[in-house]
Amino acid sequence: MKSLRYVLPVAVFAVVAAVLFVGLSLRPDIIPSALINKPVPEFDLPPVRGRELGLASRDLEGEVSLVNVFASWCVACRAEHPLLMELGRQGTVPVHGLNYKDKPEHASAWLDRFGDPYTRTGADIDGRVGIDFGVYGVPETFVIDADGRIACKHIGPMTRQDLDEKILPAVAALRSNAEVKC
Amino acid sequence: MIAEIGHFALILALLVALVQGTLPVLGAWRGNDAWVALARPASAMFFVLVAIAFGCLTEAFVVSDFSVATVASNSHSAKPMLYKVTGVWGNHEGSLLLWILILSAFSFLVAQFGGNLPPGLRARVLSVLGLVGVGFLLFILLTSNPFERLDPAPLDGRGLNPLLQDPGLAFHPPFLYLGYVGLSVSFAFAVAALIEGRVDPAWARWVRPWTLVAWCFLTLGIALGSWWAYYELGWGGWWFWDPVENASFMPWLAATALVHSAIVVERRDALKSWTILLAIIAFSLSLLGTFLVRSGVLNSVHAFATDPTRGVFILGFLIVVVGGSLTLFATRAPALKAGGMFAPISREASLVLNNLLLATAAGTVLLGTLYPLFLDALTGMKVTVGPPYFNSVFIPLFTPVVVAVAIGPLLSWKRDDLLGVLGRLKMVLAATVIAALATWYWLGDGPVLAVLGMALTVWLGGGALFEYADRIKLFRAPAGESWRRARNLPRSAYGMTVAHLGLALTIMGITVSGAWQDEKLQVMRPGETVRVGAYDATFKGAERVAGPNYSALRGTFEITRDGRPVTVLYPETRTYDTSAMDTTEAAIRPTPLSDLYVVIGEPDGQGGYATRIYYKPLVSWIWIGSLFMVFGGALSISDRRHRVGAPSRRRRSVAAAGTA
Repeated sequence: MKSLRYVLPVAVFAVVAAVLFVGLSLRPDIIPSALINKPVPEFDLPPVRGRELGLASRDLEGEVSLVNVFASWCVACRAEHPLLMELGRQGTVPVHGLNYKDKPEHASAWLDRFGDPYTRTGADIDGRVGIDFGVYGVPETFVIDADGRIACKHIGPMTRQDLDEKILPAVAALRSNAEVKC
Repeated sequence: MIAEIGHFALILALLVALVQGTLPVLGAWRGNDAWVALARPASAMFFVLVAIAFGCLTEAFVVSDFSVATVASNSHSAKPMLYKVTGVWGNHEGSLLLWILILSAFSFLVAQFGGNLPPGLRARVLSVLGLVGVGFLLFILLTSNPFERLDPAPLDGRGLNPLLQDPGLAFHPPFLYLGYVGLSVSFAFAVAALIEGRVDPAWARWVRPWTLVAWCFLTLGIALGSWWAYYELGWGGWWFWDPVENASFMPWLAATALVHSAIVVERRDALKSWTILLAIIAFSLSLLGTFLVRSGVLNSVHAFATDPTRGVFILGFLIVVVGGSLTLFATRAPALKAGGMFAPISREASLVLNNLLLATAAGTVLLGTLYPLFLDALTGMKVTVGPPYFNSVFIPLFTPVVVAVAIGPLLSWKRDDLLGVLGRLKMVLAATVIAALATWYWLGDGPVLAVLGMALTVWLGGGALFEYADRIKLFRAPAGESWRRARNLPRSAYGMTVAHLGLALTIMGITVSGAWQDEKLQVMRPGETVRVGAYDATFKGAERVAGPNYSALRGTFEITRDGRPVTVLYPETRTYDTSAMDTTEAAIRPTPLSDLYVVIGEPDGQGGYATRIYYKPLVSWIWIGSLFMVFGGALSISDRRHRVGAPSRRRRSVAAAGTA
């Protein structure tokens, strides 16, 4: 029995290695979302401090749009921010910001500093709307169709490749009523 | 041509590493002296060949040879020369090559200065290092060749990630790698000892300086990295519990524990199998860090471009190295003879407590880093673990460590009386209580944790100074006697005092800068003034300026105190030509007492700019304290007992390595 404790480290490592192996085959950016093709949850949020347009479920009906979940405490959000700024400038598709679990002053300072790409923003201070959306990590980006249904979801920071090969094609497909792959 | 020479040198290095990894250890087993003797020339050859490869890659970066894929995707002709050179390791392939270069340099140093090691032990240690080298060389040659050519070559490169174009970030990876790879030496000693089935105080005397060298570099690397995050990320924060930061922090915790447990092996011939295990764990955590950063299993902004085949390879390597060494541990460690016994209250016991807590802390960080992955693998659920988890778990674990650090050095070996020691510490205890009460009184509505932080600062700092005063009998013996004692105190004793004081200073910096900082976020127009701390900051205006490969928005802020001018600060937001990413260059006025930290952001379109101004008292002491720790480690390395019997050239080199 005494030698058991000498075996313990290698046993622990075996578990870690097994999990890492499974982890390799998981793609952190793909998840099955129960909400795909479902209408967005019912919500109505005030805007981030200093901005005028809030975000509610009815605002997502009428045209194809993106909802980007962000927070000032999220370092990875900084990485995708320039792409959102570019989208905002080009006006290809409206991008709405869902500010997840953030302090109002931090969120507004963050947008002042890095720029505000969002058409509308919603301050989800306690994170309730995020939970209804099935957000598990920030940043996340949802593609919403013209009927206000969630068509696609992207987990993690968007890269240019994600944008060009996944998000924008999905937007184009939704607009032309073609089949959406994402 | 140059790139092909580099590639060829790497292939030759692989063959030499294979020889170094197999023949000496077999020779030590079979009693073949010629094979044992092969270790030294092989390690020299290994180092020279890798250095040639590294030189070739550096040349490709310096002359901007964009036919080399690594250069084309990570450099740019307009980049300043400094960042062309540091760009060599600012990418996946080059950083791996730097890793191997450092590994080969360490193995070369062990071979050169290990003259007084028993030949069998030296051969085994060098073989283990050679085998680690084989693994990394296979990795680089099979999955990440830095010398891959592009045809046709692009006209210009894609540039370096602008965040990396910064002195702090450019220089911290080499220090971190010196730390990570330095731990491979402790690891090699541990595995060699398991193969030999023998651990004695002489072994510990050999392992400790190498571990200390690795620990010093790791401390320096982490401090530089956190300093970079402080001034570059523009949020005034200095630690984010990002997976990549955790990857460097876990081996640091394990190495800290190892540095302490090796003392017990050396002095008391106890804790042997635990020390061996720690040496294995410390290096395993460095490798795990590499895996996490490069395999893409965790999301992090620090992560290099990831590639699943690389992940599979590193995992395989991890299983061979960590799984193999832990299996060896499971079979051989029970045979290690237990050494000196000790009572529950003794210096040994306090070091055991320190070790257990540090190991638990490392385990906690590991759990927090891997938990999202665990949950995902087991249930498919996705979660993120943020700073709240780490702060709430780490502080309760680290508090008893700090409490024990003040007591441990006062305890005697084998057996002591805790109440007696606490009685001797009564002045320190009183000062601690006063500090806690004073903090509580002045704190106002600040965080309550500041009370704990200040109490720990005074307790630890006071304890370290008391222990030193106690040793030299300050005020209890004539001044001449104290002076004589102070001069005769071994350098390792000074090293310990300085390092423990450094920890106290770091805790002080963390506590004070967090509790008493003043933060102002606002839109400012030229001419407006904002008061932060005791200072007034007047915004004079902003202009566009051009840099070598970026353009920047530069603001001008006049800082005054009670109407008297103090300084002028110029924060910038830079936009790099080759990347859509902006970087902040916070303007910081650091003084020992406080930092003023000014950031300028986007214009609001009506003549105003978003600005953030922080007043952070004593924040520099976070890093000054780290430098104290590094200096303490270097003092300890230079202790006489590590030099006795060693050739004189070793003395110089170790001292140089410690202060580098």
